Amino acid sequence: MALLKLSDLKTFFHTRAGVVRAVNGVSFSIEKGETLGIVGESGSGKSVACYSLMGLIPKPPGKIESGQALFDGEDLLQLSEAQLNRIRGRRIAMIFQDPMTSLNPYLRIEDQLIEPLLLHGLADKHGARKKALEMLEKVGIPGAARRIRMYPHEFSGGMRQRVMIAMALITEPDLLIADEPTTALDVTVQAQILELIKSMQQQLNMAVIFISHDLGVVAGFCDRVNVMYSGQIVESGHTDAIFTHPSHPYNQALQRSIPALQAKGQELFTIEGQPPDLTRPVSGCAFAARCVHASHACSQTSPHLECVDEGHWSACLRVQQHEITLAP
Amino acid sequence: MSMPTPPFLKIRGLKTHFPVEKGLLVRKTVATVKAVDGIDLDLNQGEILGLVGESGCGKSTLGRTILQLIEPTQGSVHLNGRCLTELKGKALRESRKDFQMIFQDPYASLNPRMTVYDTLAEALLSHQSIPKSELSQRVGQWMNRVGLSPRFIKKYPHEFSGGQRQRIAIARALVVEPKLLIADEAVSALDVSIQAQIINLLARLSKEMNLTMIFISHDLSVVKHIADRIAVMYLGRMVELGSAESLFDHPRHPYTQALVSAVPIPDPSRERTRRRMLLPGDPPSPMHPPSGCSFHPRCPHAADACQVAFPEWVREGDRSIACSRLEVVP
Repeated sequence: MALLKLSDLKTFFHTRAGVVRAVNGVSFSIEKGETLGIVGESGSGKSVACYSLMGLIPKPPGKIESGQALFDGEDLLQLSEAQLNRIRGRRIAMIFQDPMTSLNPYLRIEDQLIEPLLLHGLADKHGARKKALEMLEKVGIPGAARRIRMYPHEFSGGMRQRVMIAMALITEPDLLIADEPTTALDVTVQAQILELIKSMQQQLNMAVIFISHDLGVVAGFCDRVNVMYSGQIVESGHTDAIFTHPSHPYNQALQRSIPALQAKGQELFTIEGQPPDLTRPVSGCAFAARCVHASHACSQTSPHLECVDEGHWSACLRVQQHEITLAP
Repeated sequence: MSMPTPPFLKIRGLKTHFPVEKGLLVRKTVATVKAVDGIDLDLNQGEILGLVGESGCGKSTLGRTILQLIEPTQGSVHLNGRCLTELKGKALRESRKDFQMIFQDPYASLNPRMTVYDTLAEALLSHQSIPKSELSQRVGQWMNRVGLSPRFIKKYPHEFSGGQRQRIAIARALVVEPKLLIADEAVSALDVSIQAQIINLLARLSKEMNLTMIFISHDLSVVKHIADRIAVMYLGRMVELGSAESLFDHPRHPYTQALVSAVPIPDPSRERTRRRMLLPGDPPSPMHPPSGCSFHPRCPHAADACQVAFPEWVREGDRSIACSRLEVVP
């Protein structure tokens, strides 16, 4: 049985400018110990989907319109705040892009680290302190015994992210949701942090949902990848297949526009136009207006994810009907 | 160096130091941050130089110092034979049209109360006199040139997306027809597909206008694509300089090697098999830089000599490397 099974999640924001369909029918599942990547550009709904799972959507204006998120037999979307608090921070943990805004600047690192253990009654104060120090050493903070008495502002960006990881993993959760955890970091520090998450994942046999806009990071880090566009998953499959056999024009175009893969001196490949306005309902495929392969049917029929190969799903009508094949 | 013509942009011994002050009533300088600490650089006209390095290495400060937005502590900058560091007051203001800058966050650098027309017209008028009747036509031409429809001429910055705002910022910098453009993380805040559009735009315009450009970015793959040569900075100093492709494919300085190996490749099979050089620790504080070669505490090839003096520049073909251990660096 899957560790987490999300089906048909719809999260809308009711704003004065209209209803923003941030997540519009998203389903995925993740197994124990697996790493699932969610990639997409800003506004594609990748973060909102995960925040919905954790009950972190501000309501109002946000509203979960429909969906089910089965985590060990319990539907996260139906739980009360108190029930959710038993799971959040204990069995499902989350780390964010900017560690400075998610650490409390008034509290010493130690007090923040032991909080989840005390809150969930997993240790007494003495035991929690010991565990906190162990954890800080595990995430590679030199001089942990001294640094545990310091405040967040005394740490560098990379070190803060290590503290965040220590705090998230101190309860040994089954699932870690990492929302762009390395986006704000320099490349050499990013490499260190990715390596750290990976080794902690292996030690704890933990599942990771890795949200990123960076296809390069996802390629090296994830077992499976969901590509999101305009609030929907447009392609889902094993990482290798996503990169070697793209089965949705958006995924293909996204990969082609990465400078790293293009010959120098030539014009970079670009996707024309802008992502659609999420307040306006789209008839047909949301990507059709920017898609070079779009046919008349694409702007008429709403596509759904369909299996196009073993373990590989695409929401492109033309790929599903074998009308086009996409090169990597 | 035997160059027939003097370089278009000539930077010699440029240093920018910031005092660190302490004390409530009596401010005392307790330390100096050597943000830029001795840069020599030559650029030819029309050349694009990529400037890379991690946060805090001084690349933005260098860019701002070249443009005289920050006063240098020492050293000189010559643009087309004229010494920028000696210009003051009116003379400096008037020459500013020759060197322009675009920033990372176009929303912060555009006036939210000015329409595209106001923004571009102000820039146009500041450096030349144009009859009012022609003004909106000229603004419209520039909007076309940067890929914006002139029907948006009366719109405000908040009505545009990030990529479109960056197009406005580019137009504003280029309407005065500068000779030198410094782009400071100009595409870093943009999504991949939008990033590619802006890079194409910058590359096309720089060719059309024969612009000399310094493209500052932490993203090596972006820099590799747009730049002719790349300079790598670490803690206020340049450590390697060479042609973009060869530097990316065969980095020589140990820091450049670590930097290149840390760049994620969007190809799962290559990503899984390649050797990654993980650096220990964080970059040291520029307030207390290590002695000698400032990279030595994190360098896997460091020897005792590296702690003593900053290494001499070594030339290998068109490459310059500031490392004294090149014979042991793979």
